Amino acid sequence: MNDNLILEVRHLSKSFGSHQVLRDIDFVVRPGDVTSIIGASGSGKSTLLRCINLLETPTSGEILFHGEDIVARKGGAAAYRSKVGMVFQSFNLFNNMTVLANCTVGQVKVLKKDKATAKENAMRYLEKVGMTPYINAKPRQLSGGQKQRVAIARALAMDPEVLLFDEPTSALDPEMVGEVLTVMQTLANEGMTMLVVTHEMAFARDVSNHVVFMADGVIGEEGEPEQVFLNPSNPRMVEFLARFRQQ
Amino acid sequence: MLQTFFQQCAQLGIDITSTWARYGGQYLTGMYNTITLAILATLIGCIIGFICGILNTIPCGPGDNIVKRVVLRIIRVVIRIYVEVFRGTPMILQAVFIYYGLPYFTGSVRWPSVFIAALVIVSINTGAYMAESVRGGFLSIDPGQTESAKAIGMTHVQTMLYVIIPQALRVLLPQIGNNLIINIKDTSVMFIISYGELFSVHRAAVGATYLYFPSAAIEMTAYFSMTLIASLILRWLEKRMDGSDNYELVNEDQLVGAAGTYTHPVKGSPYDEHSKEAQKFQQQRQWAENRKNSEASDVGNRSLDQRGER
Ligand SMILES: Nc1ncnc2c1ncn2[C@@H]1O[C@H](COP(=O)(O)OP(=O)(O)OP(=O)(O)O)[C@@H](O)[C@H]1O
Ligand SMILES: [Mg+2]
Repeated sequence: MNDNLILEVRHLSKSFGSHQVLRDIDFVVRPGDVTSIIGASGSGKSTLLRCINLLETPTSGEILFHGEDIVARKGGAAAYRSKVGMVFQSFNLFNNMTVLANCTVGQVKVLKKDKATAKENAMRYLEKVGMTPYINAKPRQLSGGQKQRVAIARALAMDPEVLLFDEPTSALDPEMVGEVLTVMQTLANEGMTMLVVTHEMAFARDVSNHVVFMADGVIGEEGEPEQVFLNPSNPRMVEFLARFRQQ
Repeated sequence: MLQTFFQQCAQLGIDITSTWARYGGQYLTGMYNTITLAILATLIGCIIGFICGILNTIPCGPGDNIVKRVVLRIIRVVIRIYVEVFRGTPMILQAVFIYYGLPYFTGSVRWPSVFIAALVIVSINTGAYMAESVRGGFLSIDPGQTESAKAIGMTHVQTMLYVIIPQALRVLLPQIGNNLIINIKDTSVMFIISYGELFSVHRAAVGATYLYFPSAAIEMTAYFSMTLIASLILRWLEKRMDGSDNYELVNEDQLVGAAGTYTHPVKGSPYDEHSKEAQKFQQQRQWAENRKNSEASDVGNRSLDQRGER
């Protein structure tokens, strides 16, 4: 059963002090899945993603990566993270490096590739996101949409098995949202396994094949987009959708 | 009244000339000794400061094992004591304390040279100040930088080396410059352990000539030119570290033959918008260039002014 699963989240809980943010979360990610995680602000979506990348340590539960529990395993967090890419809401490009260096540093220092191979690989992904003309620019010289596209290329350049996105378009001006979503849609079409926290309901509905709705730290509703969006059974999901339709 | 002033000025010229004639070589040696000590001590002090800063920021949570937590706790307390003691006592006394303290306790073991003793004391002092600055420098860097470094699989050491320290170094450069300038001046207390720096030459010269003011005038000029040159070099270094304000847009025809050939089934090529963006950036580059040129002429004017004053 484990063979065709990349990630399994089992009974995952997370508390900050006495504040329980995630409660008994269960879901799986298969290769090629594009999973959208939606839900109200504060429902624990970012925390869930950060737990999956071990940027937060879960309070209890298991996260299985190809069947191996990476929470219980001591050490090796860095090696695991190199296989799970992450794209942040605030881009977080390395400010001291050029666009190209941002995309090669991980390959050279973490994956120990030689510089030429790393550059070649980086150029391939920078081309995919349409940022090749800017390889010599520093992050401060780029627009938000460009930064996010570089951040995606940086994550891709590590050849990850799964890519996590935490609201990749929320910090962008409306006219730049499209360019980033286009790149993400391309990746989805090419079969990249993605886990996307998003407020872009159109993306969740049209691009992903699996939708997880979170409410107050639990999964309120989960399933195929048609089912979740057209026939939601959870009253909170109904309410959540109604608010979106009004906007 | 005015006449006496001019007479005194003329007299000063004569006195300076005669002092310089006798002690010129020693003033120059003093300058050399001062600047060597100041530069080396600043460098070593910065390294000490960075080491303390790194030790102070090793992440350690309740999840870590007890040994690591205890060791880190002890390290932090030791650094705290070091910083407080050396920031909180006069350097001139520390010099006496350490220079005479070593043979007092060991009897036969002495400092190999006054220079080494002076270097140790000034470095340790600089380190104490830098430790706090470095901690602040690390804290000033967006935690997002650390997170994204971790997210691509970097270890703590790699994150520090390739992401945090280079950025902290830039933030701290003005502070490092301050320390260098302070050290150029404050190494003057090292005469107390007979290190032959610039101020000790003054003491030797006036002991023989009693020409206090002329010698002081020479010393003032010498110290001021050293600190001025130091601060000009540091400004230049800051500019250099910032890199150029503009960058070359790489012509994708040359470097990547295939770029732009990819077309998205729905949205078309991401290069559809590229030409528009490229234009925008050409424009921004132009602005940046103009701004840089006007800044450059500003700097030019300023240094002309300074030369005029002297
Ligand atoms: N480091 C932390 N320490 C304490 N509480 C935290 C921490 N991080 C998150 N929380 C709390 O956890 C809850 C869930 O936060 P989270 O960021 O996961 O929400 P979210 O669903 O991503 O919201 P948004 O859509 O606004 O990004 C919030 O109540 C938040 O205050
Ligand atoms: Mg969030």
